Amino acid sequence: MIHFSSVNELLAFKSDLTKKADSSKTRIRICSTGCRAKGALKIRDAFHSEIKKQKAQIELVETGCQGLCAYAPVVSIDPLGIFYGKLSEKDIPMVVAQIAAQGAALNNHVYSEKGKFYPHLSEIPFFKSQKKIVLRNCGYIRPTSIADYINRNGYMAIAKALGEMKPTDVIDEVTKSGIRGRGGAGFPTGLKWKFANGYKSDTKYFICNGDEGDPGAFMDRAVLEGDPHSVIEGMLIGAYAIGATHGYIYVRAEYPIAVEYSTLAVKQAREMGLLGENIFGTGFSFDITIKQGAGAFVCGEETALIASIEGRRGMPKPRPPFPAESGLWGRPTVINNVETLASIPQIILDGGGAYAQLGTAGSKGTKVFALAGKINNTGLVEVPMGITLRQIIFDVGGGIPHGRTFKAVQMGGPSGGCLPAEHLDTSIDYESIKQAGAIMGSGGMIVLDERNCMVDIARYFLDFCQKESCGKCVPCRIGTKRMLELVTRFTQGKAETGDIEKLHALAESVRDSSLCGLGQTAPNPVISTLRYFRKEYETHLHDKFCPSGVCKGLFRYEIATEKCTGCTLCAKNCPVKAIAGEKKKPHTIDTIKCEVCGICVEKCRFNAIAPMPNKQLNQVKK
Amino acid sequence: MKPPTASQIKGVINGFAHNSASLVIPILQAIQEKFGYVPPESLKAISRHTGVGRNKIYGILTFYAQFTTIPRGKYIVKPCRGTACHVRGANNVINHIKSKLNIEDGQTTPDYKFSLETVACLGTCFLAPAMMVNQDYYGNLDEKRIDEALKECT
Ligand SMILES: Cc1cc2nc3c(=O)[nH]c(=O)nc-3n(C[C@H](O)[C@H](O)[C@H](O)COP(=O)(O)O)c2cc1C
Ligand code: SF4
Ligand code: SF4
Ligand code: SF4
Ligand code: FES
Ligand code: FES
Repeated sequence: MIHFSSVNELLAFKSDLTKKADSSKTRIRICSTGCRAKGALKIRDAFHSEIKKQKAQIELVETGCQGLCAYAPVVSIDPLGIFYGKLSEKDIPMVVAQIAAQGAALNNHVYSEKGKFYPHLSEIPFFKSQKKIVLRNCGYIRPTSIADYINRNGYMAIAKALGEMKPTDVIDEVTKSGIRGRGGAGFPTGLKWKFANGYKSDTKYFICNGDEGDPGAFMDRAVLEGDPHSVIEGMLIGAYAIGATHGYIYVRAEYPIAVEYSTLAVKQAREMGLLGENIFGTGFSFDITIKQGAGAFVCGEETALIASIEGRRGMPKPRPPFPAESGLWGRPTVINNVETLASIPQIILDGGGAYAQLGTAGSKGTKVFALAGKINNTGLVEVPMGITLRQIIFDVGGGIPHGRTFKAVQMGGPSGGCLPAEHLDTSIDYESIKQAGAIMGSGGMIVLDERNCMVDIARYFLDFCQKESCGKCVPCRIGTKRMLELVTRFTQGKAETGDIEKLHALAESVRDSSLCGLGQTAPNPVISTLRYFRKEYETHLHDKFCPSGVCKGLFRYEIATEKCTGCTLCAKNCPVKAIAGEKKKPHTIDTIKCEVCGICVEKCRFNAIAPMPNKQLNQVKK
Repeated sequence: MKPPTASQIKGVINGFAHNSASLVIPILQAIQEKFGYVPPESLKAISRHTGVGRNKIYGILTFYAQFTTIPRGKYIVKPCRGTACHVRGANNVINHIKSKLNIEDGQTTPDYKFSLETVACLGTCFLAPAMMVNQDYYGNLDEKRIDEALKECT
């Protein structure tokens, strides 16, 4: 393998790749990372054997996430520009035949929205408002191939930085871009690097935070699995800027593919002389170790992460001193998020000014969001800052499935909040989202519809934080537990008058007196749901009723006679045979038998089944 | 299920450098990877190798959710209880697995075939509700898909 000893050798290698590249060649790009959950590897094998069988001139390229994950397993076809999703093995012969013949796309596997088919990638509304910087390579290249990365301008930014820029020039460029850390807190990256650059020390460290502990977030997983070299290059640039010689990628052990691909990428970069001693013969040395997290949410917090790398229990420390001054083993250390780092090479190549053209006054560039929950196009999107929540959820995300209505979007994970419909026109920027009562956070966006109970969501997050609290300080350790008990009383119909006020007071004191971000933000889901959905708490409290049909014991299901068409679908699917009725006549539910599993509600296409308060039942019985 | 012998445990530990506190977690991870759990007997050997006190190692072992000190089954079934899965019916998924395997969260079937460990998020939220069985992902779960996935385990 080639070992670059100068920038020129890298440039020669790249121009050689460019010469060999043939863009007219037919290629099938298949997502073989996240889509594995829907059999992507089986599809890949089926493609391989079918291409061979049909003797088709088609190259199969295994990529990372292509974004429209709801259609898993997904493939894109170059240069035809066709997108296929939800493929199964039996479809492959047809698909290969179509591609080989360059015929019309097969409509039953293309993207569709509101009855319209979109065979071509360029027309799919999901991709239209997106702007890809972080995800520039994700889904296009083989994450296992360093040549693919180099071919798309990979390692050109570190070559430029080492060749033409002083460390302070790099910092100036990053400062000019205005990029703020994408790990949650939104601290300006240029400033963080400047601090770390300013401290004198023989050893400094550069850490990539790939812990991604927020449930419902998968941006960092996708980048590490789809384009690991972009993170390595970002780290190299950062290390050069602050004067670090060693780095760590801290990645959660729950992401085996991310661990595998980032480990491989580090090995490749080292073999080619892009990591290690005397990179490009410039005297700059930097190497990376992969560290696997061991399953503790709090280890995403930077001081806890450092403790964990040092081999201790991952418990946060008070700051200051900040890691930039005294971090890993007491040395100046910068910790940046995966997404922040993946943006850096592009900032250096295009200049901070170009990056700062995107976004709003206080929030520059693009942000990756993970769309999940009750939304049609679950997946990974990257949009310029400043577009609205409505655009993301309805234009990009394709709206809410099954004709149900949007209720709220949960942003920022356990530290975040729930925004209701009246805030759909909030602009995506750090300040506006905070003002509305949530946080940008790392980018998880979980959409809720009318069948999600906000009290249950608050309880869910408290349960999470209470379990993940490291136990170091009392307000967080005991406060989250007491809050959980209180909210649980609501979900069980045991809450008493005054409990809402108690909950509120407790939330504020936990927020104000906890040591680290976990405890300080743990009350946020409660505070935001109390702010926007107080009525739901009151209904649970006074009427002992869960109007969304989630809290068991606080509702029963009833079929609305005037809506029911007697299609029998619900009765066929009820696991305990609690539904009776004749064909084409309204059905009824036997409330005694019914276990309120909700399957019938999911199945009914006429929205005929709805939760009702139990009290009413008693009255009917009387 | 025979517990690993002292020399088997030593074999794993000896792959790491001596006297480095930062290697305690990687050593524990390697032991768990090899034997499926961290036998409590291994603490003494790790302590000797790394120079870190046994009480400290025990503290680390119990702090991180990844580690377990009891043997686990051949297949670790990991349904997600994360937010995206929660709002799309993870409870039903978890309950179905529990009744199918007849064990609770954190338990192992008597024949050591299956263990059940719910996790906070698998990063497969786009196909919620999701689970992993050992290293394999499964998404858009319903009872049928769960049954099929468990049937694949032989
Ligand atoms: C409880 C807690 C969990 C966190 N988890 C993560 C995480 O999973 N990934 C991450 O990048 N940052 C996480 N952070 C933020 C980090 O402490 C840190 O601010 C961030 O990694 C800095 O990188 P950035 O400046 O590029 O955003 C967490 C913070 C707290 C308080
Ligand atoms: S706020 Fe919670 S997680 Fe943070 S240090 Fe205190 S107890 Fe630990
Ligand atoms: S909620 Fe479940 S148990 Fe009750 S009627 Fe519907 S399908 Fe049957
Ligand atoms: S599925 Fe809906 S419309 Fe059909 S019988 Fe059941 S309640 Fe009536
Ligand atoms: S497209 Fe396959 S995981 Fe996103
Ligand atoms: S919330 Fe279940 S996989 Fe993320």
